[in-house]
Amino acid sequence: MENYNLSHLKQLESEAIFVLREAAAQFDTPALLFSGGKDSIVMAYLAYKAFYPAKIPFPLVHIDTGHNFPECLTFRDAFAKQYKAKLIIGSVQKSIDDGSVKEETGLNASRNALQTVTLLDTIEEHGFDAAGGGGRRDEEKARAKERFFSHRNDFGEWQPQNQRPELWNIFNGRKQHGEHFRFFPISNWTEMDIWQYIKAENIELPSLYFARERQVIKRSGTYLEVNELVQPREGETVETLVTRFRTMGDATITGAVLSDAADLDAIIDEVAAARETERGNRADDKRSETSMEDRKKEGYF
Amino acid sequence: MSDTTGYLDMDLLRLTTAGSVDDGKSTLIGRLLYDSKNTFDDQMEAVELSSTKRGDEHINLALLTDGLKAEREQGITIDVAYRYFATPKRKFIVSDTPGHIQYTRNMVTGASTANLAIILVDARHGVIEQTMRHAFIASLLRIQHIVICVNKMDLVDYAEKAYNKVVEDFKQFASRLENVVDVSFIPISALKGDNVVDQSTNMDWYHGSTLLYHLETVYVGNQENHVEARFPVQWVIRPQSDEFHDFRGFAGRVAGGVFKPGDEIIVHPSGFTTKIKKIYSADKNIDKAFSPLSVTITTEDEIDISRGNMISKTNNLPKVNQDIEAMICWFSETSKLANRAKYIIRHTSNEARAVVKEVKYKVNINTLHKVEDDKDFKLNDIGKITLRTSAPLIYDSYRKNRSTGSFILIDPQTNETIAAGMIV
Repeated sequence: MENYNLSHLKQLESEAIFVLREAAAQFDTPALLFSGGKDSIVMAYLAYKAFYPAKIPFPLVHIDTGHNFPECLTFRDAFAKQYKAKLIIGSVQKSIDDGSVKEETGLNASRNALQTVTLLDTIEEHGFDAAGGGGRRDEEKARAKERFFSHRNDFGEWQPQNQRPELWNIFNGRKQHGEHFRFFPISNWTEMDIWQYIKAENIELPSLYFARERQVIKRSGTYLEVNELVQPREGETVETLVTRFRTMGDATITGAVLSDAADLDAIIDEVAAARETERGNRADDKRSETSMEDRKKEGYF
Repeated sequence: MSDTTGYLDMDLLRLTTAGSVDDGKSTLIGRLLYDSKNTFDDQMEAVELSSTKRGDEHINLALLTDGLKAEREQGITIDVAYRYFATPKRKFIVSDTPGHIQYTRNMVTGASTANLAIILVDARHGVIEQTMRHAFIASLLRIQHIVICVNKMDLVDYAEKAYNKVVEDFKQFASRLENVVDVSFIPISALKGDNVVDQSTNMDWYHGSTLLYHLETVYVGNQENHVEARFPVQWVIRPQSDEFHDFRGFAGRVAGGVFKPGDEIIVHPSGFTTKIKKIYSADKNIDKAFSPLSVTITTEDEIDISRGNMISKTNNLPKVNQDIEAMICWFSETSKLANRAKYIIRHTSNEARAVVKEVKYKVNINTLHKVEDDKDFKLNDIGKITLRTSAPLIYDSYRKNRSTGSFILIDPQTNETIAAGMIV
């Protein structure tokens, strides 16, 4: 008898490709949100696979906080070029300059919350009726209740108590004028699945994910890499430590972890043994127990 | 060599959990996550903190599956949450459905993608009406494996008698259910951890496996249909580039059977026939495609194929019909099903209009009796109807194929998904 079992990665890949093709078919002007982080890289790579040998039928949208790790931007541009994808950039700095958002002030100010306004503006400006994100349900409890096709009202808001039931693999992307959708092809992937897939498919990543010596300071219990945006304040000392990043976010708040995992095998072992969730070192999630839920309702990724 | 390289070949089990409000479902899921070492320190810290705040005596594992602020504030639970855990053998996706008023709708949703259902029974109360309701929904949705977890054994002094009573009562009821291939019974205490991940030392009389061992080893390869070849076309790939000038590929996910290059195929509803030229998995050619693989197929002849079409082999045809008989579950809180009402039907990659011709009966899901004198479908109602669609559906019975036998109904005014259907 022939073997018709598929490994978990192959099943997850097939499911994600299915979701991406449904999005392309059901929406008029869909786009993919691309942060340069590993999840959005995997999602965009899956889009390449889903439509090969045609080009990815979605532009990649990057919401540029102006607080990026410089390497993320280089990587983003190279990725778009390699996969011949159209790149659209929404600038938080521009939203600040326009006066549509106000920069946070204070010690732990970040531009994370401001992204939502720029994101919604960018969606409106380009007339996107759906935006795909690399959100995973295992990341956070608000995400655990997300649909593959997530309906957003006129104001771009998520209404968790009013979601459409999603059965089998039948997605209902119908909407009224002015409403739009988010879609999440890798909803069912865990952090481990992402890393195993990156390894299995040999997908390139920004080197920030890999351990090397970095100059860091410790602020509010988090190691921040010293760069243009992060300078030591009084009382903070610069140390040289072997670190890597588990997520790519606003460079002013995304912490590095002490790790000597310099390649994919080492990272997979580290993730297997990890005792803290990957968002555990993001200050934006620590603000309150419901910070992700609150941001999502307003239209965050 | 990494210790986890072997994990690249794990398989995947999708399961759903069912139980009434106080059966200890959240505690069980929390226990599975915790004892299988799938929880993180920062999560446990948060749970510890909340437990202390609530005045719980010990760490309340149920809080690991705690919901959203919106739910706590409004005292509601939002249908389905998904949880993930893995052991070296398998990855598990748990659809966790809360037990409250909208229960039927939620369980149907959670069950639609599951291969296995865990049904919790309180050892003190035994098999109750709700247990039967849960088992009925599991069988209706064609979940082939059911695990009855007889929970709270610690509260009945771990007595074999209480367990045996559940086994007997349930078996008697289950003989009336269709589709269910395999039922297992496990006496557990989610609170104390007996037989969830670790073998209990309190129940020498039980010689079966623990819940986790069962989940890791149950055979689920038979859930997919590998006989009737079905390929709903999702999208047509036309690169319009110099390199792939004449390329026309049909993209979709295999919904049943096995396709190979050279196979004679027929396109529905047009009836055109041709042969498969190549099968692509992204940029690689593969020699066979089976469900649930997403692939792209090219054909020997240039024939017209578009989204919503179905490809099958010529020797095994799906049904093609505008008159459909189906079991449905009604999801809408605000609108009722009306005779002659018009809806949008989504089935595989196809969409059409549908009018309700007749309501045959509703099912009293506690007694499994047919109700023929009350035909008003309201939230959570399940029953049989007939539909006529504006264009032919290309389908199989749900019993044969979950993908080509299922559909949803959408209210054209609100765009809400108002019913789930399984074609008879």
